[in-house]
Amino acid sequence: MEISGARAGQAGGGGPERGARLKHLANRIRLTAMAMTHHAQLGHTGGDLSSADVLAVLFGGGVLRVRAEEPWFAQRDRFILSKGHCAAALYATLAFHGFFPEERLRTFMDPMSPLNGHPDRNKVPGVEANTGPLGHGLPIAVGCALAARMRGEAWRTFVLTGDGELQEGSNWEAAMSASHYELDQLVVIVDRNRIQQGDWTEKTIRLDPLAEKWRAFGFAVEEIDGHDTSALEAIFARVPLVTGKPTCIVANTIKGKGVSFAENQPQWHHGVPTAEELKQAAVELGVEMPW
Amino acid sequence: MVSSSGVASQSEERASKRLFDCRDAFAQTLMEIAAEDKRVCAVVNDSVSSTKLKEFKTRFPERFVNVGIAEQNMIGVGAGLANGGMVPFVCGASCFLTARAMEQIKVDLAYSRSNVKLCGMSSGMAYGPLGPTHHSIEDVAWTRVIPNLQVIVPADPEETASAIRYAAGYDGPVFVRVSRMPVPEVMPEGYGFSAGRAAVLREGNDVTLLASGVMVSRALAAAASLAQRGVEARVLNMSSIKPLDEEAVMRAARETRGLVTVEEGLRAGGLGGAVAEMLAVRGGARLRILGIPDAFAPTGTAEFLLEHFGLTARGIEDAALEVIRESC
Repeated sequence: MEISGARAGQAGGGGPERGARLKHLANRIRLTAMAMTHHAQLGHTGGDLSSADVLAVLFGGGVLRVRAEEPWFAQRDRFILSKGHCAAALYATLAFHGFFPEERLRTFMDPMSPLNGHPDRNKVPGVEANTGPLGHGLPIAVGCALAARMRGEAWRTFVLTGDGELQEGSNWEAAMSASHYELDQLVVIVDRNRIQQGDWTEKTIRLDPLAEKWRAFGFAVEEIDGHDTSALEAIFARVPLVTGKPTCIVANTIKGKGVSFAENQPQWHHGVPTAEELKQAAVELGVEMPW
Repeated sequence: MVSSSGVASQSEERASKRLFDCRDAFAQTLMEIAAEDKRVCAVVNDSVSSTKLKEFKTRFPERFVNVGIAEQNMIGVGAGLANGGMVPFVCGASCFLTARAMEQIKVDLAYSRSNVKLCGMSSGMAYGPLGPTHHSIEDVAWTRVIPNLQVIVPADPEETASAIRYAAGYDGPVFVRVSRMPVPEVMPEGYGFSAGRAAVLREGNDVTLLASGVMVSRALAAAASLAQRGVEARVLNMSSIKPLDEEAVMRAARETRGLVTVEEGLRAGGLGGAVAEMLAVRGGARLRILGIPDAFAPTGTAEFLLEHFGLTARGIEDAALEVIRESC
């Protein structure tokens, strides 16, 4: 079963209904990630919330050709979460799409749980790369895209990076190689929430003009609202944006999106919600508590 | 263990003949494997000529990736290629390959158990007068402590070829040190590298010389000289640094009067460190660790520097006599 089917966040059909379903899926990812973080008393709420719509569209919108029952089938599209600290959002997404039982989400960071604070591909089906230290995802994604070419396969490689993460030089080494090798089956999505661990990115080490940087490195670049599921679906349907060029989608997002007390608050980078805050988040997100 | 007096005499005889650059055997073997297995590919960091992979590039252009001078990306690309079912040999000067990309080696390869083969070229002090920036005397210590990562230091072209074949067939990350210092053949013809197995190149029960890489031929020369003084030295090629052949070391500890390790690398953390760690736990033996002290090398050719640090047949011989004296 390809996950683009009915199970994929119940995102069948088209039009506004489909958009509402994807939005609902994204909010389930948000609240579940927060509940996991509350359970573990550790986690990265802000980035989980900013990246939820991208994850919902990639998995729930049927963009990725992946199979929950056969997570390692050779021709699968590769999705790499470079911002590995947002593991809770990824785990929730994978569980909702049948990669492992949803009950397991309640073991997040428990002793001996497969759900480590950062993803481990040897323990969690659907995780393509062990990430956590920043600036690792894009080089690995370049390798995945090169492998597809060497093997004459049509799989695509998607990598979701943070924005603060782009201060790591390894990303730009990888960006040079991606455009040099004309890897147009490679898609970089930047979760541009403008906040890193300690402060706003532009107050820390300026990233803007970010889209221009990617263009200068040879990518076809578009900026979109990273919370607009319709816009995300539309752009994913158009990749590669330019034949012969890797794609970069700068997804402008809000850190802590959807939960008023967490939005645009640097301290919510790794803030842990209280039980009360979790209840409030459920109300604001309009979804039921996962447990 | 490879062990017979026939092997021992063959090793000494071969050791006296012409010298080889192990990179040639490396490149030749990689091309042979690539011809047999379409999954095998090479990744380099601009180091096309220093890895001797020019011909590989010509023969298999679609399976040759030059990432430019970008080692962190190079390791990640290797991990991604392995994710995509390829068997990448990621090759670069050992000093840059290991030090520049240590976190990628730890996370993308070892922790992830990626099927990537790291080939650290021109390791040790082979770059001689280019200086400590280009020496790679720390690589064995650094790689040895990373879980899941095997570490191999071949001694001659035969063993280099065998180790590269072994690495291609092993499902997991391996670091292979490939020297550019001219070395004689020391391994018997038809020898096959096996992880976790030391090769006995010479039998003896007075003292044991445990050597790796370019120091193996020097250990054999030391053993020959010791024999003339009536001292029978056992010589073990410890090319499999990790996993270590603990049983061969323990046998040597029991059966001979002392052990001398010798390597073209730091005394701390390498072969000598590995042997010292296990002896401290499993039962002591007199041990001398020959290698580079806690110092960066002065200017000089590789041969000059080996002499400077006492990494010669004479230096090994002296250390062997010393441990024997202490045992009396």
